[in-house]
Formats: sequence, C-alpha cells, structure tokens
Amino acid sequence: MSEFSEVSEVLDAAEALDRPLVIGGHELGSRLIVGTGKYATNQIMVDAIRASGADMVTVAVRRVDLDRTKEEAILHHLDPSEFFLLANTAGCYTAEDAIRYARLARAAGFNEFVKLEVIGDESTLLPDVHATLAAARTLTAEGFKVMAYTNDDLITALRLEDAGCVAVMPLASPIGSGLGVVNPYFIREIKRRLQVPVIVDAGVGTASDACVTMEQGVDGVLMNTALAAADDPVRMAHAMRHAVIAGRLAFLAGRMPAREIAVPSSPKAGMLD
Amino acid sequence: MSMRIRLNGKEREIGAGHTVRTLLRELELEPGMIVVELNRDILERDSYEDVPVREGDTIELVHFVGGG
Repeated sequence: MSEFSEVSEVLDAAEALDRPLVIGGHELGSRLIVGTGKYATNQIMVDAIRASGADMVTVAVRRVDLDRTKEEAILHHLDPSEFFLLANTAGCYTAEDAIRYARLARAAGFNEFVKLEVIGDESTLLPDVHATLAAARTLTAEGFKVMAYTNDDLITALRLEDAGCVAVMPLASPIGSGLGVVNPYFIREIKRRLQVPVIVDAGVGTASDACVTMEQGVDGVLMNTALAAADDPVRMAHAMRHAVIAGRLAFLAGRMPAREIAVPSSPKAGMLD
Repeated sequence: MSMRIRLNGKEREIGAGHTVRTLLRELELEPGMIVVELNRDILERDSYEDVPVREGDTIELVHFVGGG
C-alpha cells in the first residue's frame, strides 16, 4: 500500500476544503458510501473499503446458512467500531417485507439507520416508489432513520422527504449497470429542491461517473458493483475516492461557463512584429 | 423425546426442552452475531434464556452479509 500513502496525504488536504456530510445527525468521514457485496474475497472487500476512504458501508440481512461455515457473516470481517453499518432491505419486493427486514436489522443493535429499498421489477431492479413511500412512512414513525433508494423522479423524492427520510437516494442508472448518470438534469433538480441530503445510489461504473455525479452538487454517492466488479477493486477504490473528492470540489469551486468558441489563454498584446 | 420446528425455511427435528439460548448453543451460533425471529416476532437478546422452543415453531436466524 506504500505506493498510495503520498496520495492519501494529498487527499486529506483536499477533504479539508469541504465540510463533512451529516445524515440524520451522524457525521460521515467521506462522501463516498460503499457496499460490501459481490467481492471475490473478504480480504479484497476490506482492502477496497479501506482504500475508498468510506466509513459508512451497506450490509444485507439474510438467513444464517446453517450448513456452511460462518465466514459469510460480515461482522467477522468488518469491525463495527471502525465502520458505520448501514443495513439495507435489498431483495424486498413489498413494503411489508422491507419493514420486516428493517426491524430485523435494527434488532442487531448497531443503529437505527436503514437503507430502504423496495424493488418493483426483477429485470431492471427499478424501485417500486409507492411501496417505498409506504414503508418509509411506517419506518420513520417507528423511529428509524430512513435513507430511501428511489428513482430520479422529483415528486417521489419530495414525498420521501415529507415522509421524514433523513436522506433521499435517487439512482444514477439501474443497480449494477455501470451506466453512470443517465439523467443529470433530474438529479440536479432533486438536489435543488430537497433540504435533506441527496445521495446518488446505484449505476456508477467508473471514476468519471462518480466525478460527474458529484459535480451535479449532490451530497454523496453510494456504490458497490463499480468496486467489487473492477479487475482490481482496491485500485478502483482509490480512484473512486479521488473522483468523489474531485467532483465535489469542482462543484464547490464553481465551473467556468462552457462556450462553443475558443478564447485564448495568453495575452493578445505583446506579440512580436 | 424430540419435536419438529421450521428453522430457516427447513423442517428440523430437535430435542425437547430447548430454549432459544440452548438451540443457538447447539447450532454453535454466537448470540451477539445474529437476530432471532420466532413466529414472526423479533426476540430481545436478553430473553433467549427464558423463551422455550415449542413444537411447530417457525424460527428465523438472520445476520448481516455483504450487500449493496
């Protein structure tokens, strides 16, 4: 990891130019949130997450496989005092199921946050926003801090905020697709209109996607497959850490106006005869 | 004496007289690592010793795994 240590110092300085992201009263150390699924090995997962700089990581709730080793338990690999565990309701197709999974997750005793997702269609994995909204209302009433995965629809995002969600998380493009931000205008509009943090969740494929996502002004980005399915997840995690910071600082810095004519950067005056 | 329960989606025969605590011990599961749902109710961890397992119970043992 020594080849990256100098880079890390530069990144620490860059992160100091921003203020920390706070979601539901919890301060995050990074605007990048990462998943823990689909890695070839648990060691690569841990190394990639460390390299990403993320301190909030998503986990899924599943049956203990009673016929196999206990290797699959994420708590054997990730120290909950080092990482903030954000349980998801992935795989749920109804509000009732998502609520059940959220309650099970909270009973694990770490925190009251949940990444709510209710899927509406198996082939696109697009969210069922009606069921998501219904589940969000129930869960916020039960004291959950709901971070709701949704589509890039402004009206749904506003309703989820009204329902008390602590973050609204529109997709960049379908889960696991790696297509990047397909609709930057809607993402910007959602960010402009909401008071709660907007985290773009799903669809980022590579570092430029993460950078473009953050340049829309959103508060953070959540990804899993882009790291886990890279040829070298640890190297990609470093790239994503850079990209998220770069996009964020570019947004804060305010870009120059784009124009379709060239303007010289050097003075016209003082040229030789 | 034995009884049948439904454990994580599978029928299973276990000895009579179990509590949730002794069942977990028999399965070599660390109570702090899992959550127990008994007949759709989530159990408090400190109740495992007091909750008997009964014939026909449906038990789900869940934990956190990798996910996005």
